[in-house]
Amino acid sequence: MRISRLNQKKTEIKAEDTDLRLIEPLIEKNKAKKGNLIPLLQGAQDLYGYIPKVVFEKISAECGIPLSDMFGVATFYSQFRLHPVGKHIIKVCHGTACHVQNAKEISEALEESLRIKDGETTEDRFYTLESVACLGCCSLAPVMMVADQTYGKLTGNEAVKIIKNIKLAENN
Amino acid sequence: MMTTVTVGLGSCGIAAGANKTYEKIKAMKEQEKLPFELQKTSCIGMCYREPLVEITDDTGTYIYGDVNEDRAVEVIEKHINQHDPIRDYIVYTDLFEAAENDFIQAQVKIVLRNCGYMDPESIAEYEERNGYTAMKTIVMNKLSREEVIKTILDSGLRGRGGGGFSTGMKWKFANANKSEQKYVICNADEGDPGAFMDRSVLEGDPHSILEGMIIAAYAIEATGGVIYCRAEYPLAIKRLNIALHQAHEKGYLGKDIFGIKGWDFDIYIKEGAGAFVCGEETALIASIEGERGMPRKRPPFPAASGLWKKPTNINNVETYANVPWIILNGAAAYAKYGTEKSKGTKVFALAGKIKRSGLVEVPMGITIKDVIFKLGGGIKNNKRFKAVQLGGPSGGCIPEYLSDTIVDYDSVNATGAIMGSGGMVVMDETTCMVDVAKFFLDFTRKESCGKCTFCRMGTMRMLEILERITSGKGREGDIEKLEELAYQIKDNSLCGLGQTAPNPVLTTIRYFRDEYEAHIGHKKCPAKVCRPLLTYTVDEEKCTGCMVCLKNCPAKAITGERKKPHLINQDLCTKCGVCFTKCKFDSIVLT
Repeated sequence: MRISRLNQKKTEIKAEDTDLRLIEPLIEKNKAKKGNLIPLLQGAQDLYGYIPKVVFEKISAECGIPLSDMFGVATFYSQFRLHPVGKHIIKVCHGTACHVQNAKEISEALEESLRIKDGETTEDRFYTLESVACLGCCSLAPVMMVADQTYGKLTGNEAVKIIKNIKLAENN
Repeated sequence: MMTTVTVGLGSCGIAAGANKTYEKIKAMKEQEKLPFELQKTSCIGMCYREPLVEITDDTGTYIYGDVNEDRAVEVIEKHINQHDPIRDYIVYTDLFEAAENDFIQAQVKIVLRNCGYMDPESIAEYEERNGYTAMKTIVMNKLSREEVIKTILDSGLRGRGGGGFSTGMKWKFANANKSEQKYVICNADEGDPGAFMDRSVLEGDPHSILEGMIIAAYAIEATGGVIYCRAEYPLAIKRLNIALHQAHEKGYLGKDIFGIKGWDFDIYIKEGAGAFVCGEETALIASIEGERGMPRKRPPFPAASGLWKKPTNINNVETYANVPWIILNGAAAYAKYGTEKSKGTKVFALAGKIKRSGLVEVPMGITIKDVIFKLGGGIKNNKRFKAVQLGGPSGGCIPEYLSDTIVDYDSVNATGAIMGSGGMVVMDETTCMVDVAKFFLDFTRKESCGKCTFCRMGTMRMLEILERITSGKGREGDIEKLEELAYQIKDNSLCGLGQTAPNPVLTTIRYFRDEYEAHIGHKKCPAKVCRPLLTYTVDEEKCTGCMVCLKNCPAKAITGERKKPHLINQDLCTKCGVCFTKCKFDSIVLT
């Protein structure tokens, strides 16, 4: 069931680290619209990279949406994150075409290299590793996406090399 | 005439590096002041040869394949500067027999009529290619709503999202329910893993979807339109937004559109938040309303009570893309293609172990074999064709010996698979069918919304049995238990997700029962995929004694000295497969 993806290692963030002023224009814009909950959550995630607890509370108070409804929606859709993620998200495609062409090898190689499991974030908060259902580039299977750039026809070793290079390039 | 150079910039192309190719050509053009026009287009369908560059000059049209930056320099240098096309790189042309000519020529392009032939970000180019003419014809000839619906009914168009319900009937029902407010929705939540038809149309020809929706809105008197698009398709959303803006400026959306006083109609985009079940129409509506995307009981159908409880018509991307063509060319021209009960064409996304993976549009009635071998070029690496998966997690696997099955709704249903939205994933002898069934069930288990107990718990129990089988702990009677659970889930689930979730398991049991039996009875995986059922040994002839496997083995099960063949201790081996992936000399043997 969909809730099962909540069982992941959590990184805690203090409430005072979240700048609540950022969300105000978004709330103002969507407050009165019907069916506004999903756009509000999507907007909040765009701002913070995830949806902090205090933001949930603020939206709830100002828009009059019960917290339980918000939590229900946020945990239903795979797009929403309740915990902070790394600077870059590595999305390893596990669609059918990638699965039959050994996407598992890519995930395993990355897990080994980054020393994290699927869904977790590295200690330096640089990478988050995720499995996704389909990136729609089936002809290039197996595929992964890092920072909106897609890499295709991968092997485990190549995938590891790519993420190492990205990190090197950014640290220099 | 001015020579044009067009670069295919769909998602696949960009992933293959088309942006770099485009920038390279642009830089060359500017630096050397070269005499050609540089254009962008979207997916041409030949994903397996991306990046693609098309050059049209006085002599004709040529499509170059695999054009990376280096090749781009070569092609521009030779073709543009020296007027000497490089034959070896040309994949398609109408001038001579090029490598992929048959791939293009065997297709009938109705839905994909504009994809790859125009700049998707230009309304002018769409109009040049007869865009918005269908709607203008309706206005000019003062066709009534009933006449438009009759044309769609007569064309025999059926829902291309997978259900296959008559589109004309849907419109008729929605039209019959009177209300101040009505809605048309475009389902662009293409969630099937392994399918990318809708994405290509959205990216390559967004206006055709808007026009289809406008025609539907005219036919049912809708006042509002929504496109529910996956957030995972950022390029599609960007191009749809551009198209919406352009249609507004032209007066095709907004107030008094197409010059009809009092006809106000507007469309907005709603980004999906990632839930496969939202492809189901009532769940999709719940999601637009800002709730958890859980299906509702039908009836009432959306045609009577849909979005905000108003009459609503929902069709998918491919269905809408057909509509303008049918209005322009007539129902008979469309019904000319296809079989008795399935008219027109169908777009398929070919993927998996196939030589030419990409997008094809074929007339209904063609055999699956022809799609895979004539269009798809057969199986990669000359392996043996085993099965093809149709319809994603709701569909099933059609084995090789049934590959003469024709593509139409009823023939495909008879095999236990479904037509689905058009994903066709090809599998060869190295694919384990039990593993494939497990893969799909894992997917549907995660995506089950949890409303119906049988879907929520049943898929879980089935997955546990499959995991047991693939890890070598299968028991006598497991196959029967799977079947029993499958029928229970099918009978007791509210929506399409649950009713079809067991299909991948049922079809693989039906056609590949021997593989299940090998896993359970002999504890062997014939395709050598399920690791716990394999034995890893070292081929002494090939082993160079490089020590790589020995160093990487997490269980320390490998012993040996440098430059001497190593040995795997079977008692210690955990079958993790690390030695197999690390060995550079193929000396680890799986049995």
